[in-house]
Amino acid sequence: MLKVDNLHASIEGKEILKGLSFEVKAGEVHAIMGPNGSGKSTLSQVLAGREVYEVTQGSVTYQGKNLLEMSVEERAWAGIFLSFQYPVAIPGIRNSNFLRTAYNAIRKNRNLEELDAMDFLALLKEKAKLVEMDPKLLDRALNDGFSGGEKKRNEILQMALLEPTLAVLDETDSGLDIDALRVIAQGVNAMRNKERAMIVITHYQRLLDYIVPDFVHVLSKGKIIKSGGKDLALELETKGYGWLTNVSEGSIPLPIN
Amino acid sequence: METLTKMANGEKETSTLTDLTNQTYKYGFSTDIESETVPLGLNEDTVRLISAKKQEPEFMLEWRLKAFKYWQTMTEPSWQNVSYPKMDYQNMAYYSAPKSKDDAPKSLDEVDPELLATYEKLGIPLHERAILAGVAVDAVFDSVSVATTYKEKLSELGIIFCSFSEAVREHPDLIKKYLGSVVPITDNFFATLNSAVFSDGSFVYIPKGVRCPMELSTYFRINAINTGQFERTLIIADESSYVSYLEGCTAPMRDENQLHAAVVELVALDHAQIKYSTVQNWYPGDKEGKGGIYNFVTKRGKCTGFRSKISWTQVETGSAITWKYPSCILQGDESVGEFYSVAVTNNRQQADTGTKMIHIGKNTKSTIISKGISAGHGQNSYRGLVKVLKNAEKARNYSQCDSMLMGDQCGAHTFPYLDIGNTSARIEHEATTTKIGEDQLFYLKQRGLNEEEAIKMIVNGFCETVFKELPMEFAVEAKKLLEVSLEGSVG
Repeated sequence: MLKVDNLHASIEGKEILKGLSFEVKAGEVHAIMGPNGSGKSTLSQVLAGREVYEVTQGSVTYQGKNLLEMSVEERAWAGIFLSFQYPVAIPGIRNSNFLRTAYNAIRKNRNLEELDAMDFLALLKEKAKLVEMDPKLLDRALNDGFSGGEKKRNEILQMALLEPTLAVLDETDSGLDIDALRVIAQGVNAMRNKERAMIVITHYQRLLDYIVPDFVHVLSKGKIIKSGGKDLALELETKGYGWLTNVSEGSIPLPIN
Repeated sequence: METLTKMANGEKETSTLTDLTNQTYKYGFSTDIESETVPLGLNEDTVRLISAKKQEPEFMLEWRLKAFKYWQTMTEPSWQNVSYPKMDYQNMAYYSAPKSKDDAPKSLDEVDPELLATYEKLGIPLHERAILAGVAVDAVFDSVSVATTYKEKLSELGIIFCSFSEAVREHPDLIKKYLGSVVPITDNFFATLNSAVFSDGSFVYIPKGVRCPMELSTYFRINAINTGQFERTLIIADESSYVSYLEGCTAPMRDENQLHAAVVELVALDHAQIKYSTVQNWYPGDKEGKGGIYNFVTKRGKCTGFRSKISWTQVETGSAITWKYPSCILQGDESVGEFYSVAVTNNRQQADTGTKMIHIGKNTKSTIISKGISAGHGQNSYRGLVKVLKNAEKARNYSQCDSMLMGDQCGAHTFPYLDIGNTSARIEHEATTTKIGEDQLFYLKQRGLNEEEAIKMIVNGFCETVFKELPMEFAVEAKKLLEVSLEGSVG
């Protein structure tokens, strides 16, 4: 489904990704782990098409198409979803209104019928249950004044609504307490199926106890330095990144949960 | 509530507009007047001539002359944060009889295609486009008039809603009592000029205890199209009455007058409430700013009564220069003043707008919500005064001024003035400036919205607290107008 080959990307002339390669097949869940500054978030933003990043070398193929030639919204229509590490607030726009606009924008571009307000509300209520979302948050302005946990729930709610083909979850666990983490992981797991692939980006092993990956890649200084199965994450937890990277940033031991 | 600003079916519109055109003649613009020309320039004779043409009573002429005399001693203000070439007041026409239909475009084919494209985008019905674009309409008019029907309904309740000229003739006592009671003839350069030469406008009187059952709109008011550049409006809400008044229209109107200096006066007596909503979309000029309207308006309301309330809501997207401060004088104890504003400047537009809240009575309360959007080379200034007089015990004010910048060639400025003469006053002021965020756009696009939809959503969100003050139909139009005004300003 997704093939990343020798990907180089920079921001403001500074190279962050330095030759990254991996492949994701339908139905698989890949975890990308790595210390701060290793390029994890950059990877997620580049996959989603953020224009401030410049791809200088390499290729990304998604469903047989050159992903790098597609605009941000075209990628969204094609089924790529990014769960943001820091979802932005849009004051004055009611969350439910935004969700319906996004839902219908994607439906429209997939030549599916758009849902009217009533039908959408019914669907939204059902999906909101999946992430145990307080219905009050649907009437509030999008992410405006939401707590960290509420924002992340809202991200996963959007994922459930938009039913992506490839979901990229960027640090979905950051800022979550253990109960919220469990709920969100349940929501994500409920969406795992044979057609859908996921890339789970995280600093900590903790999330991977709940969302168990098929593959784990360790990112350091813009490159994948080691790939393996789910056990690799456990190994990292005990040994720290320093074991692989031998750099000061990686030698910070992982916190014990 | 009924409103005729947005009428669902074409037939109604035709008849309303038909009526407008018909009534023009009824109110004095008859053929012989049309043939007369008034020389350019302004002197006492011009003022006398205007008054004579309008067949005004003596008191009105005296009032105009007094204003003119005073105006001659005044100088044009220069404190506002806008720039424009100096105007030659002796090179303007102060009485414009309706244009001969020979000069007007014969059909929509002769109208600037860009203007037509805008009408299309705004969803203005075909019949209306012709009128707005100034096309000579010679059709045989429908005799059934929506406006007349409404007028009858209103008069049953004792509501007076007519052109200003008619009010001067038919209700001189009310005019004598209230005209100039809020904006005195000595008020400011442009208001004084207006007092001397005003052309026409609207007059509304709501009797005691009456709640006006529909939104009153200039759009269906008789004579709306020919009010000219010096419009005068006076609205009086008697004790315990209520009225919601809509001014303007989202469609850009063709107009050859560059200077517009209107005056609006509102008076609210005990327990009365006036809600005044404006959508202003005069021609802003081309991309280089050539040819736009200078909109120098004085709007002020006086809450003379106990617990009276005046709310101004404005969506300002048009004009090359907007200079406008709808204000409230909170004289009655416990009276309330509100100001909600969205001002958009794009291309070379300049706006210096805001409000004045003058707290005189005890326990008076005011709210100011101002949203300025600047795009292109637009310059947007908020200028607001909150003044609390010595005896205004426990006055309260909340002000929020937010600016949004689109692109890096535009500007936003805030000039808040506080003048607090009573220590029991509680004043809060918040101000923010935001750029339309690349991160917000990215987020929305990642969710499948295209650039245009994303901008629309962010801007609508930014203006939401103001839009929700507008009557529903008006709010829908205002949103659409905003989208059209900002089209192509990002990216």
